[in-house]
Amino acid sequence: MEGLTLSDAEQKYYSDLFSYCDIESTKKVVVNGRVLELFRAAQLPNDVVLQIMELCGATRLGYFGRSQFYIALKLVAVAQSGFPLRVESINTVKDLPLPRFVASKNEQESRHAASYSSDSENQGSYSGVIPPPPGRGQVKKGSVSHDTVQPRTSADAQEPASPVVSPQQSPPTSPHTWRKHSRHPSGGNSERPLAGPGPFWSPFGEAQSGSSAGDAVWSGHSPPPPQENWVSFADTPPTSTLLTMHPASVQDQTTVRTVASATTAIEIRRQSSSYDDPWKITDEQRQYYVNQFKTIQPDLNGFIPGSAAKEFFTKSKLPILELSHIWELSDFDKDGALTLDEFCAAFHLVVARKNGYDLPEKLPESLMPKLIDLEDSADVGDQPGEVGYSGSPAEAPPSKSPSMPSLNQTWPELNQSSEQWETFSERSSSSQTLTQFDSNIAPADPDTAIVHPVPIRMTPSKIHMQEMELKRTGSDHTNPTSPLLVKPSDLSEENKINSSVKFASGNTVADGYSSSDSFTSDPEQIGSNVTRQRSHSGTSPDNTAPPPPPPRPQPSHSRSSSLDMNRTFTVTTGQQQAGVVAHPPAVPPRPQPSQAPGPAVHRPVDADGLITHTSTSPQQIPEQPNFADFSQFEVFAASNVNEEQDDEAEKHPEVLPAEKASDPANSLRVAKADSKTEEKTAASAPTNVSKGTAPLAPPPKPVRRRLKSEDELRPEVDEHTQKTGVLAAVLASQPSIPRSVGKDKKAIQASIRRNKETNTVLARLNSELQQQLKDVLEERISLEVQLEQLRPFSHL
Amino acid sequence: MAVCIAVIAKENYPLYIRSSPTENELKFHYMVHTSLDVVDEKISAMGKALVDQRELYLGLLYPTEDYKVYGYVTNSKVKFVMVVDSSNTALRDNEIRSMFRKLHNSYTDVMCNPFYNPGDRIQSSRAFDNMVTSMMIQVC
Repeated sequence: MEGLTLSDAEQKYYSDLFSYCDIESTKKVVVNGRVLELFRAAQLPNDVVLQIMELCGATRLGYFGRSQFYIALKLVAVAQSGFPLRVESINTVKDLPLPRFVASKNEQESRHAASYSSDSENQGSYSGVIPPPPGRGQVKKGSVSHDTVQPRTSADAQEPASPVVSPQQSPPTSPHTWRKHSRHPSGGNSERPLAGPGPFWSPFGEAQSGSSAGDAVWSGHSPPPPQENWVSFADTPPTSTLLTMHPASVQDQTTVRTVASATTAIEIRRQSSSYDDPWKITDEQRQYYVNQFKTIQPDLNGFIPGSAAKEFFTKSKLPILELSHIWELSDFDKDGALTLDEFCAAFHLVVARKNGYDLPEKLPESLMPKLIDLEDSADVGDQPGEVGYSGSPAEAPPSKSPSMPSLNQTWPELNQSSEQWETFSERSSSSQTLTQFDSNIAPADPDTAIVHPVPIRMTPSKIHMQEMELKRTGSDHTNPTSPLLVKPSDLSEENKINSSVKFASGNTVADGYSSSDSFTSDPEQIGSNVTRQRSHSGTSPDNTAPPPPPPRPQPSHSRSSSLDMNRTFTVTTGQQQAGVVAHPPAVPPRPQPSQAPGPAVHRPVDADGLITHTSTSPQQIPEQPNFADFSQFEVFAASNVNEEQDDEAEKHPEVLPAEKASDPANSLRVAKADSKTEEKTAASAPTNVSKGTAPLAPPPKPVRRRLKSEDELRPEVDEHTQKTGVLAAVLASQPSIPRSVGKDKKAIQASIRRNKETNTVLARLNSELQQQLKDVLEERISLEVQLEQLRPFSHL
Repeated sequence: MAVCIAVIAKENYPLYIRSSPTENELKFHYMVHTSLDVVDEKISAMGKALVDQRELYLGLLYPTEDYKVYGYVTNSKVKFVMVVDSSNTALRDNEIRSMFRKLHNSYTDVMCNPFYNPGDRIQSSRAFDNMVTSMMIQVC
């Protein structure tokens, strides 16, 4: 490497720069990072920088020695002058201007250049140079532990202090003190690295004063907007100290603050260090945020509602759009309220935005509300202002956005995780959260009629039969039994049937024959009804109740029940009884037609009697004396026996029409008749013995009658041979009865009784016969009149 | 994969409308406007008693030759209308539903922002914009 000849100014300048880059104060080797930053500040293209580096031998050596550094600087000057870079150009090019480095460096250089040109201005320049860093350092938001001068952060810290102040109407002395507090250490911090260069940093005290002045000015400007504050702050130190500072530098200072950070040794040192999260909240900041949170919400675990937060952050005078975005970023759980962590994050973002940082697209990790309380590590002491630092020196991002692309590498996973969170939240807030109602709950099936199962007797029983009969006979009551309600049709049918049967039975109450018919038919109908019920139950087994049970016997209808019970139990006996009941009153009229004197009359009477056999039942009585007479007159010829038989036969038709097959009834009747006949016989026997003609008179009549009726009764006798046999047996037994009795008193008394009864009977008979005689005579007269009318006048 | 997404307020003015820029945006605006009638018709057809039971997703409002228009109504009568390219046959009903669900979630997030005044145009929310962008057709 050829010798490098430097002018004095250059020498000085280069040594200054070297010392600046010589963070470690080795006086021999310059830190690469700083050098690189310096070269970048030279606003040279990267390839040029690389070329320079190569040329100077740093790449070869791997470090910047003093000579390399000097050569590099010279080459920078050459490049900036527009001369081609060549090794030999170092010395060849004459009168090169000092290399110019942009930004504060530029300022410094310019100042330095200015200072070199005029030493008198060195002080000023230095002072001009110096104040900003300490000033910035003063305003540094960092904690006491901050050992780096960060002009930008200080300025930034200054700005957030203002919004910090603004939300609170009561001027916070703490921010002031905080500022002052931070100032000093920063001043101290700035002092340390700056102490190295020595004379250049000697006017630190001035800077302090300037800074204090600036601080005073700044404190005066505490409420004003940050930009103004920044500007004012930026202006005051230069104005107070450096008049030569041209506005461009100021503007550069304001605009390229990110690059300005590169000038400070502390920044470079910081860049060299590991990645620091620029968004981390310092303890001091956090404490401040917590205090602010408490003013709104005393409970640290509680929420700040959205409206209160809105008011609070609106005071920061940020545009609503940005506040809205800050909210979007900070409200992590999207609940419209801020927890402590969310609030701190929002506050931090507001501060950052106030400082001019662009809001990140996604919430930085450090600002994310964590589930566990994370205390910001003390050693970090990072400030949001550092966002620019760490990003810029490494990659010199032209953008001022603190959202460094370098840090984004740590974020992708965060982003992904956040996306995952988003998706998770999305999943969680899926349709379940949105009111989406399920389909209607199926209503109860109205078709399922819950019907009380009603027991229905299926098996017919006697009671069932009785009930059926009850229905039939009971005219008034419609069966109120419940099961019958289920099947009114059947009931109606039954009722109809029953009614019909009732009608029949009603009609034939007197007529035992028909009643007997009805009763006999009833079982069939009952059976049919039962079957019908059964069929109905078979067809609709599901819902319809089983067929109604047969109507239960109702104790209320004692009358009919008792009657019907009797009837049902003794179908025939009941009938018989009824018949017995019915018949006896019907007995008397019977013998009248049959006892008609005239044979011609008798016939029709007999015919009538045949027709009205039922009514001829009373004829049994008059016939009984005939029987009785006949039995008495056993002495008479066999005709008497025949007459008896005829009488019996006469009896039979009377008996038979009354009942069909009521042998017991007949027997009863016969028994009654027999008793009567017995009486008659008993009575007639003694009467016949005692009375001569009187009993004889009637006997001939019955004999006659019998004789006459024989002709008519014979066919009937043939029909009723069976009954005659019975009657004959009964009659035969009758005479035997008095004979068997051997006691005279009783026999006489019995005979007297019998005679009396026969007397009465005969008397009655006589009267009836007389009546019949009269009737017949009248009929004869009428007939003769008719004949005469019909006959021609023959006798005329 | 929608071609146009619109958020209509209760009073039937648009809160947010974005179309894929390849097409004439005015046409989409018109389509969305005409679809509002169909949405109102579907809402009224449900009956007054069934507000709660009404399905938020309205389904296909009407098809045109090139596009299909889907609708979605929230319980506060804010309507989302999505225009989908008919040629994109891969889109199933479930996918449309999920897209509307995402839209609804994003919309509620916007609503939760205290700095958003209901009734304002949704222009401040980047998250909403990002979400809509993700749903828009990626042809352009």
